[in-house]
Amino acid sequence: MRATLVAALVAIAAIGGACGGAAPAGPNPSGSSGTITVFAASSLTAAYSAIGNDFKKAHPAAMVTFGFGGSSTLVAQIEQGAIGDVFASADQANMQKLLDAGLTAEAPRVFAQNHLEMVVAAGNPKHISSLADLSRSQLVVVLCAPAVPCGRYAAQALHDAEVTVKPASQEADVKAVLSKVALGEADAGIVYATDVKAAGAGVQGVSIPPPLNVVADYPIAVLKDAPNATLAKAFVSYVLADGQRTLARYGFTSP
Amino acid sequence: MALPARSQSRARPAAPLPIVILAGAGAAFFIIPLIGLLLRTPWASAWHELGSPEVLAALRLSLLASFSATAIGLILGVPLAWTFARLTFPGRSVIRALTVLPMVLPPVVGGVALLLAFGRRGLLGSWLATAFGIHLPFTTAGAIMAETFVAMPFVVITVEAGLRSMDTRFEDAARTLGASRWTVLRRVTLPLVRPSLVAGAVLCWARALGEFGATITFAGNLPGRTQTTPLAVYLALETNPDAAILLSLVLLAVSLAVLIGLRDRWLGAS
Repeated sequence: MRATLVAALVAIAAIGGACGGAAPAGPNPSGSSGTITVFAASSLTAAYSAIGNDFKKAHPAAMVTFGFGGSSTLVAQIEQGAIGDVFASADQANMQKLLDAGLTAEAPRVFAQNHLEMVVAAGNPKHISSLADLSRSQLVVVLCAPAVPCGRYAAQALHDAEVTVKPASQEADVKAVLSKVALGEADAGIVYATDVKAAGAGVQGVSIPPPLNVVADYPIAVLKDAPNATLAKAFVSYVLADGQRTLARYGFTSP
Repeated sequence: MALPARSQSRARPAAPLPIVILAGAGAAFFIIPLIGLLLRTPWASAWHELGSPEVLAALRLSLLASFSATAIGLILGVPLAWTFARLTFPGRSVIRALTVLPMVLPPVVGGVALLLAFGRRGLLGSWLATAFGIHLPFTTAGAIMAETFVAMPFVVITVEAGLRSMDTRFEDAARTLGASRWTVLRRVTLPLVRPSLVAGAVLCWARALGEFGATITFAGNLPGRTQTTPLAVYLALETNPDAAILLSLVLLAVSLAVLIGLRDRWLGAS
């Protein structure tokens, strides 16, 4: 019984070791083969999935797997030893945490920018056209919580516009704000332009003019403990070059 | 589930080694993460962090909402359990399965379902809003509702099991002695299933206290109104992990105290 258990543990350890050790050495010595894991902010889900497919077409021997999540959650996971090759954050603050912890292999580079937009029900039934409209008392407005980047940016935009909004709720992430508006529970919210684009026909965006709009920078970097640094670098270069067109299609702007 | 008298009277058997090892691993699986939390706790700043108005508001709201959810769970759940245990009617097993579904349903989905039913555009919600001006999402009542939805099945399941395993001859005897149905229920049935009632209420309360997904989806997250402690913990993890850990420990301490206290007092003998 115990012998079996020990054998199983040894086997698991061996598999783990094999995975870690074998990944960089692929059949193709140029490095554009093997597998990489990319941790990316959830707002990148659609765009990065598309970029991943294009990247695989350009590098037929390569495999890209994604871990999407809130930037701060991903940072916490990487700090706790999650093994990955690349990290793409939705803000500079979270990338800075990894930099401070010495967990990046290179200086991060900004590969995309995102803008805030107001989101309302399709057809804009409440006729919302500016940030000032959000302070109307009979409106149900939901924002992101101040703890998450979209909430920070929204608070800054409202502050700059000198508008006071009493939100009905401070949601934990952008998708929650969007779904509250899509379900008709809220009349308006402030989210990223890319989220409005991804949300489909049930909602529409109302743009916020540039002086009040806050721009979110998206930095990317290869991680220090990347099992396949060569392919990771190739992926980052791809995002900064060919990937830009795909990102634009999903509502991001080039830095 | 009484064991045959023979095996009960036998001397306590020595535990087989595999059982001891696996039981130890099982206990460690729960205890080690708690030790991890305790080791990481910033005791020095504990008082300062816990005294902040936002933390106090979250704790107060959590207690209010979880006890309210337990009360509603008992008021609606006990009659439901009695119905399932004592009556036969067509579709009983289907309705029974539907009422305990929230135990396996991802809470976030439960929250969306509540929105579709009681939201501003929901099945009942649109009528509640136009007829009475009642809005449940984004309110404390909504948070209580979300917790009740997720936690009430624990009352139903526990009390139903108690009613099924109880000796119904006591009820029959009371009835033959002339007690009305209501008196039998109040004076015989409920006292006999008291351990199940207490266990169901405690499980329901504990589940309500830790509820996250349905609450944040249906009631949203606003400090003082719908931000219960688990929601506050989740958001604090983004910016202030120390506060999040301390808040989790308070939640843990409160529930441990209640679980241990109630167990010794009410369930120890059973």
